[in-house]
Amino acid sequence: MNILELKNINLQINGNKILDNLSMDFWEGYIHAIVGPNGVGKTTVGNLIMGLEGYRDFEGDLLFKNRTIKKLNLYERAKRGITMAWQEPARFEGLTVENFIKAGAKNKNRKTVERALEKVGMDPDDYITRAVDKSLSGGERKKIELASILAIDPKLVILDEPDSGIDVASLKNIFDTIQSLKENGASVILITHSLEVLKQAEHAFLLCSGTLLTKGSAEKIGSYFEDKCIPCNHKNKPDKNGVKL
Amino acid sequence: MNTEDLLKEANIGSEINDKDTARLIINKDKIIDTNEVEGLKVDAREIKDGVDIKIRLEKNTVIEKPVHLCFGVTQQEAVQKIILDIEIGDNSSINIFSHCIFPLAVDVKHIMDGKIRIGKNSFYSYTEKHIHSEEGGITVIPKARITLEENARLKTIFELLKGRVGNIDIDYETTCMDRSVMEMTAKIYGKSDDIIKIKETGNLIGKWSRGVLTSKVAVRDNARAEIFNKLFADAEYARGHVDCKEIIQGNGKASAIPIVEVNNSKAHITHEASIGSVDSKQLQTLMSRGLSEDSAVELIIEGLLS
Repeated sequence: MNILELKNINLQINGNKILDNLSMDFWEGYIHAIVGPNGVGKTTVGNLIMGLEGYRDFEGDLLFKNRTIKKLNLYERAKRGITMAWQEPARFEGLTVENFIKAGAKNKNRKTVERALEKVGMDPDDYITRAVDKSLSGGERKKIELASILAIDPKLVILDEPDSGIDVASLKNIFDTIQSLKENGASVILITHSLEVLKQAEHAFLLCSGTLLTKGSAEKIGSYFEDKCIPCNHKNKPDKNGVKL
Repeated sequence: MNTEDLLKEANIGSEINDKDTARLIINKDKIIDTNEVEGLKVDAREIKDGVDIKIRLEKNTVIEKPVHLCFGVTQQEAVQKIILDIEIGDNSSINIFSHCIFPLAVDVKHIMDGKIRIGKNSFYSYTEKHIHSEEGGITVIPKARITLEENARLKTIFELLKGRVGNIDIDYETTCMDRSVMEMTAKIYGKSDDIIKIKETGNLIGKWSRGVLTSKVAVRDNARAEIFNKLFADAEYARGHVDCKEIIQGNGKASAIPIVEVNNSKAHITHEASIGSVDSKQLQTLMSRGLSEDSAVELIIEGLLS
């Protein structure tokens, strides 16, 4: 069963075509990946699914559990169980890690916060009273964002470049968290250009210039991506006919 | 409303009644309760519409427990004048919590005129927390002139986050002698048609003196805020920073004028000011966790002013 469907989506921003007749089906309970080189529209797809301002005026349709969510705003989509962690996590002056994680949590108690932090490999005693501000590294804030997502028990999670700013030692925590989300029943969309991250997915979509080049098992897409897209030698001219997985 | 109610409003527990805790509780122009501890003399005298207070901390004295000053007005309409004269002896330390509670104010004017001298090598911390009614009919005019002697340290926090601000006009000026350190912070949340004026001045006239002026203000609805922070350095190796952050929502208006003046080539002062709405990245992160826009903005402001 599909949890999310993008149907023939065309999106223009400032007169530039960013997404071109894009259709994608995401299966419920699976870990999907959207891969492609920089600038092909991967984050745009995430922002469009999440319903950010500037990404809601598009042609085509967006279905969540077979119902259109095209007209819903960010908050209304979040209320239906869709959430997203962006590549560069926000900084919140004065807001403690505890209050940040509790903000959207289903169970707003300290135990929930502690469990979520432990799950992403952070010692609650070291972090719970600290502020989610510049005193934390980007990697630490990234893990705290993931902890906040675990605490809200979402249905669909979009993770934009989940390995960005993460040290090698912490990468395993990130990958374990992705698997935990799936075990808890969430569907996951990983937005990445990293082959390491792509390996965490079961199914993948390869984007090129805002359009879907091909899709398939993460393994096959990974091989093709590594072979043909790094480096990309036909920027803005996707050759769909040339794709053979 | 009695003393107990006032203390409850200020969230002060039974610790204030401890015999080792110095306190002075005033309702409008009446002294309700006092307690002195060894080394600290509190001389309070009722005057017309207020109280004249002299606080003297002897030299070489460390007051372990925070001293509580409670300035309340339980009437709906009143004027309260507080004249505060504080002398901290050399090599001493004190931590004062000042609770200004006006829970029923409809037309109340609270005026404070403070003169504070902090002796050599001494530490003085003053946290002033206001709790106002939701009426907005209150005017608060706190003024203080503070002198830090050699190697003294000052830390002040002014906080008005609960209830309506009404009309507030803060005017604090601190002068720092050699190697003294001052840190002055104001945190205010204005709503409706509140008017906030903050004028904080630091004079770093002593060698190696240091100072930080911080203002964190949020305004929403039709509230207005004007922040005027001035840091002046006139001595070798004086160091200072002015930091002003203002968040505006709705029709709120805010201005910030940081003035830095340096008259010595070996001194150094920096400033930073930001005014604007809530950061969109913060907002989208919290909203993607299921918070409404209003709840997300409140949480962001709460964090900034914490």
